[in-house]
Amino acid sequence: MVQLAWLVPLLPGLSALVLAFWGKRLARDGDWLGIGAVALAWLLSLGVLADVAWRGAEGSVGLEWARFAAAPGQAARSLALGFQVDALAAVMLVVVTSVSLAVHVFSVGYMEGDARYKRYYAMLSFFTFAMLGLVLADNLLLLFIFWELVGLASYALIGHYYERPDARYASMKAFLTTRVGDVAMFVGILLLYRHVGSFAFRDIFAAIEQGVIPAPSLALAAVLLFGGAVGKSAQLPLHVWLPDAMAGPTPVSALIHAATMVAAGVYLVARAYGIFAPAPQAMQVVAWIGGLTAIFAATLALVREDIKQVLAYSTVSQLGYMMMGLGLGAYTAGFFHLTTHAFFKALLFLASGSVIHALHHVQDMHRMGGLLRKMPVTGATWLVGAAALAGIPPFAGFWSKDEILLAAYRSATPALYWIGAAAAVLTAFYVTRATWLVFFGRPRDPHLFEHAHESPIVMTGPLVALAVPAALIGFWNSPLADHAFSHLVFFGEAHELEPSLTVTGLAVGGALVGVLVALAIYAWRVVSPAAVIRAAGPLYTLLKRKYYVDELYHWLFVQGTVALARLCAWFDQVVVDGLVNAVARFTQGLSEGSQLVDQHVIDGAVNLAASGTVAAGNQLRRAQVGYVQAYALTLFVSVVVGLIIFTMGG
Amino acid sequence: MIPLSWVVTTSAILFGLGLYGALSLRNAVRILMCIELMLNSVNLNLVAFSRYLHPEQPRGLVLAIFIMTVAAAEAAVGLAIFLTIARNRTDIDVDNIRLLKG
Repeated sequence: MVQLAWLVPLLPGLSALVLAFWGKRLARDGDWLGIGAVALAWLLSLGVLADVAWRGAEGSVGLEWARFAAAPGQAARSLALGFQVDALAAVMLVVVTSVSLAVHVFSVGYMEGDARYKRYYAMLSFFTFAMLGLVLADNLLLLFIFWELVGLASYALIGHYYERPDARYASMKAFLTTRVGDVAMFVGILLLYRHVGSFAFRDIFAAIEQGVIPAPSLALAAVLLFGGAVGKSAQLPLHVWLPDAMAGPTPVSALIHAATMVAAGVYLVARAYGIFAPAPQAMQVVAWIGGLTAIFAATLALVREDIKQVLAYSTVSQLGYMMMGLGLGAYTAGFFHLTTHAFFKALLFLASGSVIHALHHVQDMHRMGGLLRKMPVTGATWLVGAAALAGIPPFAGFWSKDEILLAAYRSATPALYWIGAAAAVLTAFYVTRATWLVFFGRPRDPHLFEHAHESPIVMTGPLVALAVPAALIGFWNSPLADHAFSHLVFFGEAHELEPSLTVTGLAVGGALVGVLVALAIYAWRVVSPAAVIRAAGPLYTLLKRKYYVDELYHWLFVQGTVALARLCAWFDQVVVDGLVNAVARFTQGLSEGSQLVDQHVIDGAVNLAASGTVAAGNQLRRAQVGYVQAYALTLFVSVVVGLIIFTMGG
Repeated sequence: MIPLSWVVTTSAILFGLGLYGALSLRNAVRILMCIELMLNSVNLNLVAFSRYLHPEQPRGLVLAIFIMTVAAAEAAVGLAIFLTIARNRTDIDVDNIRLLKG
């Protein structure tokens, strides 16, 4: 099966192509084609993963793309593009295709009757293609190409409702913000290429092992690469685009902004771990950015009113966890959290999509409430996802988050552990708050509640299908399964951290505390939410305004750019235009002078010649009397005079 | 033998008469006659100088015959032109023949 891995990205790619060009001619705008292609890709990925897991098969294919002639004193260089399958890629393939398949199916219900149904499916397939290509890429250049394609697909899908200005701005913001990171990433890639002469991971890792790259360069390259991951995975300080990206359709949020695309940053760090691991400074940067993002985004999720915004900040926070895990050297734990998170966050997003669909695109949680009775399947699956996110055992999130916290606890920087633990408490709080506001309590908007209905099977089906891994996949890396995941995906040597009762106890206890506090405020009304808000005072405002980061960026970058543009305009108008005008005026003066010379001197000379000729002609005209005899007389006189002169001179 | 000076003087008088007539007369036929007079005075000159300078050779005589031929041709052409003019107009006064004057 490993040999067929190249088919996995190809199938959705072909589907995207067919949908884009002939989608309108297909029945139902060809959604079945997209679903079928992804389903096939999913089956293939499962086969690949099974092959890799049980037979230890790995494989790679490649082709030489371009060859450069050898510069003097250097070896000839070539660009090779290729795919490689190893455990990391195989797991990621399954994650991406699973979530993508669920989203493809779910969208049949959610996007029903959409004006751009065909475009939607074409872009969804295209995104899946790009993401799978990214996963399989065996070198940084190909990865970067697919990385940008993923960004492009994301841009198109966030802006799906492009009639709405917020969607337009959000898509632009996402594209531009991630581009900031991508520039850093590209510089990092080039830096590595300069030292190694190859983009392939294999060559780069080998070169690092041989010590070809000096340590400072390596650390710099790793940090620059991480810059790309910061943009794509919405880490501090480039996280601003992700919450805005919720302007896209909800299944898109599930696929792109929860499960797969934002995971690309984490995947990049995992894929290029051979670059990060030998650079301790870079690892520190990764860990701290991750940890800070985790707590930072978790606090923001506390006060959001929009159900998708809560999930968006939750995603940012969880991605921070993954980065922290990777940065602390817990390669397996970080990637395992990526895997589990993909399933339960996709589930949560799709469930929220189901709710939003039922309520006719109302997203404000304060207008919901009591929906569990109306939407039992959606509610039940949401509960599974929420429990997984909150880290309640035995759901998936508990196992993976626990591993990361354990790694932090055992690391040299226990501060990160406390940050992570605090974020876990906050996570439990906000997810419980969202759950209660949406599914429990009294309906706060009776009219909406009346019209709410459970979604069709095409939407609940994917929810149930995702709920299974969201609940169970954690066991893959639990003592019950003998830490199978750790022996499949590892860096260097497979190893398990010694479990710590303190960490696990604190994690579960923290999660329970978060849940209970949220219930106390929202369910039992021990203190009313309003009182809490009053007590928090300016802190609440600070969170509500997202720490004023958007304002800061607006002031710093947008206004800064505008100010710079004004300055340039001023410079242009005053200095450059002034210079040009001065030259113009000088030229004009010169030409006026030249005109004077022309008119008076040259024309004067010509006119003088002309009038002289006229005058001479006028004088000579008198000789032309018109009488032949007069001429003859003149002739005769002339001859006589000539003769006299001739004779006298002779 | 008649001295050369007599002949030359006669020739000069004839030429002067002819010249005067050619320059002052208005009638084209008379002008033509005056021109003939001038040509013949030249002929006289030529014959005289030929006789006095090279009595054995007929150089000047030949030249005189040439001039007579040219004069005959000129008279023929000139008279033809005047005849045509006289047919188209009432007179052949040269002052009135000014069609080509701008």
